[in-house]
Amino acid sequence: MVDGLDGMMQFQTAALRLRSYRQELLSANIANADTPGYKAVDIDFAATLARATDKGGAAPAAPELLYRTPSQSSLDGNSVEMDAERAEFADNTVRHEAAMRFLTLQIKTMLAAIGG
Amino acid sequence: MSLFNVFEISSSAIAAQSQRLNVVASNIANADSAAGPDGKAYRAKQVVFQAVPTRSDDGPAKVRVADVVEDTSPQRTVYDPKHPLADANGNVSLPNVSVVEEMVNMLSASRSYQTNVEVMNTAKNLLLKSLTIGQ
Repeated sequence: MVDGLDGMMQFQTAALRLRSYRQELLSANIANADTPGYKAVDIDFAATLARATDKGGAAPAAPELLYRTPSQSSLDGNSVEMDAERAEFADNTVRHEAAMRFLTLQIKTMLAAIGG
Repeated sequence: MSLFNVFEISSSAIAAQSQRLNVVASNIANADSAAGPDGKAYRAKQVVFQAVPTRSDDGPAKVRVADVVEDTSPQRTVYDPKHPLADANGNVSLPNVSVVEEMVNMLSASRSYQTNVEVMNTAKNLLLKSLTIGQ
């Protein structure tokens, strides 16, 4: 049954881990907004989460990084677009909070089942 | 945990931007310094930012100031025979600081600094909220 509880929370845990990794990537993009030649990176969240929660395959070592295609290129080769990065950062923050809330609710559900 | 690395990344950016702000302050303060410590007119300085990966893979990267370089553009020459540093033709070499460019540089550095502080605060709030998981 411990395995069952663990399995129940596995999805949200994987989602949270990936959300915080993406938060780190986006903060690195924002931090390097003025670095010449820096290329903004991101991950395909849905595909990476699907791979991370795939029961058959082994856990992937590191999520695959993709380079962002800027809508306007800059002279110094930097591909960070601050407005887009900040929007993604805010979006990721809310989704990170949502994942934490879902996890809390799952825990509460199980506590209710135990406590009756 | 990944979210703690956000602090490392953002603080590196904050440090880099504040160094850039320092250099801008030095340039603006010396915009009219005809004589530097070496007897020559002051030269504008610029910081060079560099991305440094936080891990062995090329994932999230911090920022560091790789170098502070001197602007090699020619000095401003002003005809002022009364100036004590004027040459035989009455010309004085003044710093190659463009005050307008430096002001723009200052605004850009200040904005980037603020953005990174916000990023840090967001990460802090997320971490504090993650402490309440299950409550």
